[in-house]
Amino acid sequence: MSNLLLLPVLVPFLAGAVLILLRNHPLIQRVSSAVIMTVMLLISIQLLYTITTGGILTVELGNWSPPFGIVLVGDMFASMMVLLTSIVGLACLFFSFQTMARIREKFFFYPFYFFLLTGVNGSFLTGDLFNLFVFFEVMLISSFILIVFGGTPYQLRESYKYVVINVFASGLFLVAIAFIYGATGTLNMAHIAVQVAEMEQQGVINVAAILLLIVFGMKGALFPLYFWLPKSYYGPPAAIAALFGGLLTKVGIYAIIRTFTLIFVHDTAFTHNIILALAGLTMFFGVLGAVSQFDFKRILSYHIISQVGYMVMGLGLFTPLALAGAIYYIAHHIIVKSALFLFAGATQKITGTTDLKKMSGLLKTHPALAWLFFISAISLAGIPPLSGFFSKFALILSGVEEGRYIIVAVSLLVGLLTLFSMMKIFIYVFWGGPSLKRSDYAHIKLLPLLAPIIPLVALTITLGLFAEPIFVFSEGVAAEILDPSIYIDAVLEE
Amino acid sequence: MKTNFVMLHTVTRIVSFIILSFSVYLFFAGHNAPGGGFIGGLMMAGALVLLYVSFDMDRIKKVLPIDYTQMIGLGLIIAILTGLNSLVFGDPFLTQYFDYFQWPFMGEVELTTALPFDLGIFLVVVGVALLSILTIAEDVS
Repeated sequence: MSNLLLLPVLVPFLAGAVLILLRNHPLIQRVSSAVIMTVMLLISIQLLYTITTGGILTVELGNWSPPFGIVLVGDMFASMMVLLTSIVGLACLFFSFQTMARIREKFFFYPFYFFLLTGVNGSFLTGDLFNLFVFFEVMLISSFILIVFGGTPYQLRESYKYVVINVFASGLFLVAIAFIYGATGTLNMAHIAVQVAEMEQQGVINVAAILLLIVFGMKGALFPLYFWLPKSYYGPPAAIAALFGGLLTKVGIYAIIRTFTLIFVHDTAFTHNIILALAGLTMFFGVLGAVSQFDFKRILSYHIISQVGYMVMGLGLFTPLALAGAIYYIAHHIIVKSALFLFAGATQKITGTTDLKKMSGLLKTHPALAWLFFISAISLAGIPPLSGFFSKFALILSGVEEGRYIIVAVSLLVGLLTLFSMMKIFIYVFWGGPSLKRSDYAHIKLLPLLAPIIPLVALTITLGLFAEPIFVFSEGVAAEILDPSIYIDAVLEE
Repeated sequence: MKTNFVMLHTVTRIVSFIILSFSVYLFFAGHNAPGGGFIGGLMMAGALVLLYVSFDMDRIKKVLPIDYTQMIGLGLIIAILTGLNSLVFGDPFLTQYFDYFQWPFMGEVELTTALPFDLGIFLVVVGVALLSILTIAEDVS
């Protein structure tokens, strides 16, 4: 029992509630949200440290012991995700100070920002399937509001689709939970895992497993359920798009990895092969979408889809090496993808557009922006010594060891096409003769725009240069989630 | 010609008081018997909406100058802080404490920490229901 585990959920929740009361004081809102976000970062570092050194933490809410009450469970995987959430949340918050229109701040931007983080952190930390549903809803309702922020006709049209698909997915999620509750008689994830192990995973359990895969696949943008993502992530302001692009789909991926390493592990020939096939198709179609686009934000949105494929590929291969690669990839992806979306926001602020064909020559006028973008872009594409390389290397190595040559070939091809489309952005935006006159951009200060992004770029370089200790850590996480008994004992023994 | 709503106004004056007091009763009945913050809050929101519908909005706003946005925030804070007080005693979040007290005239009364938590829920529900209804009502197309 440790209440430290509660803080990543409670601090943003309380902060959001207090910020509702302060809606008419933008300056106080900005200062206090910056302070709270920094505190959250410190808390999540402390949490990760405590869990890495001391093992899994659990909290039984309301002192009701599991499997009857709701537990929060913090293992290394969950606390790593919480830390990444705080990092990205801090960067996007500071970026929003620079780019968010002042009038919009009065419409509860900060409260819903924190409610979103409450939902994300809660989804990572909860140990109860129904509670996971609740936190998903907290996250989704906040995201519905953030995604229409500004209320342009395009945003309203695309967010309507986003809302409809998510409400449908939530309905399916409830059906899947009902299936599982009917079959096992429990909602505690550790207890479900015990029950499923006893009753053998077949029939109705497999149905529930695939239903859950569909639900989480919809949230995590897996093939063929990714169609909503590129259009709806194109609409909102860059700070919000970066937060969504970095985090929200990863919550779905986290839930897939959690359920398919803890609960549904007894019929891997069936479930994990489906996941592997989905991974390959997701990667391939996602990157094809990216290659065909000529818009900065749209290319990045399609890349989310193709890269979600890599993470799920690690789960599909289901070896310690592949899972370690997938976990490394998630960390790398959350950081780099948020950075790239913020770069898109920065160039949009400078040039006033996200259409690649209308920009050129920023390399001459904004060299710092250009080179920082270049580092993130090649890191995304997987060029050594940056973080993208080592994670993909582990995945492909494991694929070769397992003899899954098709998925290896697909992932190599996708890596190449990723590089191609990132270079397309670089060539169109930064090469060529300057399209802007000095008077167009002189009033925009570059340093405040870049300041929130630089730490993210520094992190991707660090993740690459110190690949050895970080990979050892990922292997530790993978070993922990590959042995469900550690999780089950931690929850049910107390 | 000015329309006259004597019947509606007279009935509303009586009925809204019945609903309001029943909502308070439901609120206190909660957490061990059917009732509680959510149902009580919904019922109170129903009574207030009845007032808004039968009298005009400006007049009710003058009588009840409440900012429902602030009410939501306040309710959330009360609910969270009630959950947090268990941290002081080293128990997990949301742990409930209760005891029985002898009060003059009222006899034995159970006091629990679930009550302020329910009050928070009550405020949030009233705030959300009225805020959404009034926002739609005020929308000039």
